[in-house]
Amino acid sequence: MSDVYDRVKRIVVERLGVEEAEVTAEASFKDDLGADSLDVVELVMELEDEFDLEISDEDAEKITTVGEVVNYIQSHA
Amino acid sequence: MKHRVVVTGMGVVTSLGSDIPAFWNNLLAGKSGISRIEAFDTSDYTTKIAAEIKNFNPEQFGLDKKISRKMDRFVQFGAAASLMALQDSGLKLGENADPERVGVIVGSGIGGLGTWEEQHTILMEKGPRRVSPFFIPMMIANMASGQVSMLTGAKGPNTTAVTACATGTHSIGDSFKMIQRGDADAMICGGAEATIRPIGLAGFCSMRAMSTRNDEPEKASRPFDIDRDGFVMGEGSGVLILESLEHAQKRGAHIYAEVIGYGMSGDAYDMVEPDPDGAARSMARAIKDAGIAPEEIEYINAHGTSTPVGDKSETMAIKTTFGGHAYKLAVSSTKSMTGHLLGAAGGIESVILALSLQNGEIPPTINLDNQDPELDLDYVPNKARKAGIRTALSNSFGFGGHNATIIMRKYEA
Repeated sequence: MSDVYDRVKRIVVERLGVEEAEVTAEASFKDDLGADSLDVVELVMELEDEFDLEISDEDAEKITTVGEVVNYIQSHA
Repeated sequence: MKHRVVVTGMGVVTSLGSDIPAFWNNLLAGKSGISRIEAFDTSDYTTKIAAEIKNFNPEQFGLDKKISRKMDRFVQFGAAASLMALQDSGLKLGENADPERVGVIVGSGIGGLGTWEEQHTILMEKGPRRVSPFFIPMMIANMASGQVSMLTGAKGPNTTAVTACATGTHSIGDSFKMIQRGDADAMICGGAEATIRPIGLAGFCSMRAMSTRNDEPEKASRPFDIDRDGFVMGEGSGVLILESLEHAQKRGAHIYAEVIGYGMSGDAYDMVEPDPDGAARSMARAIKDAGIAPEEIEYINAHGTSTPVGDKSETMAIKTTFGGHAYKLAVSSTKSMTGHLLGAAGGIESVILALSLQNGEIPPTINLDNQDPELDLDYVPNKARKAGIRTALSNSFGFGGHNATIIMRKYEA
């Protein structure tokens, strides 16, 4: 989990302007990290680039926490 | 009942200074804020100079990274100047002002050109699925007004003027009217612009509208001089806090000056060429709106962009409006020092107007070495002048034939 997690964390810290320590597996993008709907769209685009995969809008809507993103990437990349 | 309207706060972000005292001192000293463009390589451009703000850091103006990265540079400038003006005014929304009675009009002539340019490049290189979801909200020209309301909590009237180089003056004039008729107690108003980008520079270069005096940037903007060869683009923001006199008095605010008149007109003539009649009608309407005689105007802060045609047209308009009095009043173009901030020009020039009235000093037109013989007014050449002026006017004219004039008076209780 560590490599994917670190790369996700770096992108989240940069895009949402939050502290690294806040980006825990349980952290919710909207409730804990202050992301609005457009932030999430942008984040998904960035993750698609970083991991060279496509995340459908349907899947993106189901992902609400950092841990869920990491799991998704690990099972799809 | 018409409310009296006064200026109680001001903020500027310019290449000549990003606080009011520094900005004013540089103007009185006749300094130029124009230099070689550093933002990108200008080798292929006919104009390589601008009034560019170097090393702008939004955090120094109270805008944290998280917020400012979702702002185009023009919004960052507008937000920075607005926060500065609000702090200067002492207005605290929710404490000494009703948030629903405080509005915002911080306009832009062009909007988020830099954001446009970046995202268009991404579209071409990576395709539509990589265009940022923030592209549209960052780029639209009304977003400075929107972001300022979010930053300050101002819930009153909120709109935007987009009238090219007249934007700042329309924003301030429209705000003046809103307070005068009772729609708001206070307005955060002015203009913001950030167009020193490859596509912006290229567009104006193609128009042959800008000075190409690239080897002498500080001498490039020379309104009313025989050797003027076009305007010099600037960037930044100028914002005023306008407030009803009773609201300002109730909280013991400092008053810089009183706004007494606003006029506007359309040329109905040409996309870019000015018609002197339009400018003259704008000034005449402002004078009528103020309920004063033309002879009471003692100083004009000219639009004066340093283009061969524009300076001549404005001079003719001043003569039409004022007749013989045109030769008795002082006219200066501070764009000789600040460059032309396009939609923000009226913002910084209203700041200058208020300071001239409060301090009894008129900033000069610099680089006026050989006055164009056809232009025979008193343009306050090269040296600031002490003058206890009581009433003064500022002009702004924009592509499309939009003209706007604001009149201020030294504050007298």
